[in-house]
Amino acid sequence: MHILIAVAALGATGLVLGLLLAGASKYLEVEQDERIPIIIDLLPGANCGACGYAGCAAFAQALAEGKAPVNGCPVGGAKTSEKLAKVLGVKSDSGSEKVAVVLCRGVDGAAKKKFVYEGIESCEIAHNLSGGDKVCNFGCLGFGDCFNVCRFDAIKIENGVAVIDPEKCTACGLCINACPKGIIRFKPKDKIYSVRCLSQEKGAQMKNICSAGCIACRLCEKACEFDAIKVVDNIAVIDYSKCTDCGKCFEVCPKKIIYKETAFKKMVAK
Amino acid sequence: MASILYEVVRLTCPQVGICVSLLIFVGRKAMGISLLHLPLRFPTFTGGVHPDDNKRHTAHLKIEELSAPKKMIFPTLQNAGAPGEVVVEVGDSVKVGQLLIKQCGIISANHHCSVSGTVIAIEPHLHPCGSHVKSVIVENDEKYEVFRNIKPLGHPENLTKEEIIKAVSNAGIVGMGGAAFPTHIKLSPPSGKKINHIIINGAECEPFLTSDYRVMLEDTDELLIGCGALLKAVDASECIIVAESNKKDAIAKIKQNPIYQKNEKIKTAIVKTKYPQGGEKQLLSAVLKKEVPPGGLPADIGAVVVNIDTCAAVARSITTGMPLITRVVTVSGGAVANKRNFKVRIGTPVADAINAVGGFTAEPAKILLGGPMMGVAIHSTDIPVTKGVGAILALTEKDVGIKVTTNCTQCGKCVDVCPMNLMPTIIDRYCENFDAEMLEKLNIADCIECGSCTFICPARRDPLQRIRTAKKKINAFKK
Repeated sequence: MHILIAVAALGATGLVLGLLLAGASKYLEVEQDERIPIIIDLLPGANCGACGYAGCAAFAQALAEGKAPVNGCPVGGAKTSEKLAKVLGVKSDSGSEKVAVVLCRGVDGAAKKKFVYEGIESCEIAHNLSGGDKVCNFGCLGFGDCFNVCRFDAIKIENGVAVIDPEKCTACGLCINACPKGIIRFKPKDKIYSVRCLSQEKGAQMKNICSAGCIACRLCEKACEFDAIKVVDNIAVIDYSKCTDCGKCFEVCPKKIIYKETAFKKMVAK
Repeated sequence: MASILYEVVRLTCPQVGICVSLLIFVGRKAMGISLLHLPLRFPTFTGGVHPDDNKRHTAHLKIEELSAPKKMIFPTLQNAGAPGEVVVEVGDSVKVGQLLIKQCGIISANHHCSVSGTVIAIEPHLHPCGSHVKSVIVENDEKYEVFRNIKPLGHPENLTKEEIIKAVSNAGIVGMGGAAFPTHIKLSPPSGKKINHIIINGAECEPFLTSDYRVMLEDTDELLIGCGALLKAVDASECIIVAESNKKDAIAKIKQNPIYQKNEKIKTAIVKTKYPQGGEKQLLSAVLKKEVPPGGLPADIGAVVVNIDTCAAVARSITTGMPLITRVVTVSGGAVANKRNFKVRIGTPVADAINAVGGFTAEPAKILLGGPMMGVAIHSTDIPVTKGVGAILALTEKDVGIKVTTNCTQCGKCVDVCPMNLMPTIIDRYCENFDAEMLEKLNIADCIECGSCTFICPARRDPLQRIRTAKKKINAFKK
């Protein structure tokens, strides 16, 4: 008898609570945009945070609400933004694809050092001590703060200088924020030439500091037929909107600091 | 040594302890030293480390005048806070004591010429901080003509409170213990806060440094006149001259001075020899038994801490009218043979101080401005001695030691020694994987960057470097 009362009482409580829950789920339902799961599937899923949101899910939410632009994901690039535009029914304006480049070729041996650094192997910490061990204020310190933040295995440290693999780089920009020297910059992915130096030191001094530094000789400026390369503040700068990849500047540069991405050209040609 | 022995015995066996203390008492009586003057336990703070003090090399050496070289460098930034504004032009002829750099902004200080000659350039020059800072470069004519406006202001007793603070401000006096905080700002506390205690900091806890000790022994009169001036400037009830227990003779010398005996407000205290005893907050906790609240200033507990050399400089600037143009610098370390205490004219390049002691005897592994615990490593000797530089140390490979970093074993030694009662082991981890929110919860801003954690770490990790970088990062975020 007792057992029956217990079963009945528990059963009744269960029924009442069940009905309450059913009612609550009906009346308190939060409407979720059904496009969000689709958008999440389209995104690369790296959760790198390059879009400025907390991860791919947060970015998808913002996309569905119309707060984020469809080309906001640098990792997915043009293809993803096109697909996203289709789902969301907006126009895709992805622009040109970018890659990050380290603008320093001052490898061990080329760039002179002020002192022997024995501290913690971190660019940020080394930079706090007299701006690091290289004489050049724009020299890559090579302790790999960019290497540590890269989620795409695109960065390698070669001879004390970071090198970014343009095929693996997704232009998420994490390395740009991590570099205390500010020498990692974006460049359009389809252009093959870049000036790999940022030093504003005068030519004569630059020769003493680093053998792979821009000496502001202006030969590239004179050689360029399209007015695309200019020497400003003792450093050559390419205006990519005018650059035609003719390679004249690369040929005349006496210090070979204008860099040509040979392996990469094949990839673009494909 | 006697006090350690006493401690050990007292704790292990009270009966023996009593006997030993009696013996020590009788022994000291026999040596003619009163027990009252030498307490067995000196007051101190919690935590801290005991590096070899290395003061034996220079403690007995009298302060010598270092002749100024041809080229003198005066950086616009020789103080904590904002750099000053240059008031001379290239080609101007300048005299000893003439104003070169005028204070600019709230926390700033004046800087004067320490030689006579001509301004040859105003350009960025290498600075102790490691980067280039705008500096006035003066060619010394070696005539040392004094600037016409330099006149003695009389005795501090005849001056008003405002006159003293103004004189200190005009003379460009900054904290000469290392931080170089402008003294006139210390002496004008925010309204509503009353300064009751002035602590004259002669702890000099950094190894190798003996400049403050020599000032206490040799410039006792000036030091005590300075105490009187400071007492008047902030209207305090007492002024305590504090030294570590390895500088008892300096305190004894001060006690014999008639100025000390006449002025009842000036007192002395001896604290335990331990690093970082000379830290503002550590000194207050030892002497006044009061803790500065987290994020607070000594003014919050009604105190102000002034360095020995700064105090003497206050007296000099009033009695002679000459602004702060010299300071005492210890030149020491394993890589220099003739270690010295020099009175250096501010602006003298480090290279000239090193040449004056006969150059290096061995290849220096590290050259430091300041002590080995908190000093900064420099990579060129073409850096001027500024107001905050108390020592030039050239250390050999042996002094520096081997550094192979291994993983943290969570031994907690750094937590034991942290004089600010922080947890360097956990802070270090949050610095490595930067988390500003957690770091603020762990009160990273209270770190005084003394380096005790780095000194004690058996894994030879360097928590201080990471903490310093993280602090900078957090401050940049806040801005």
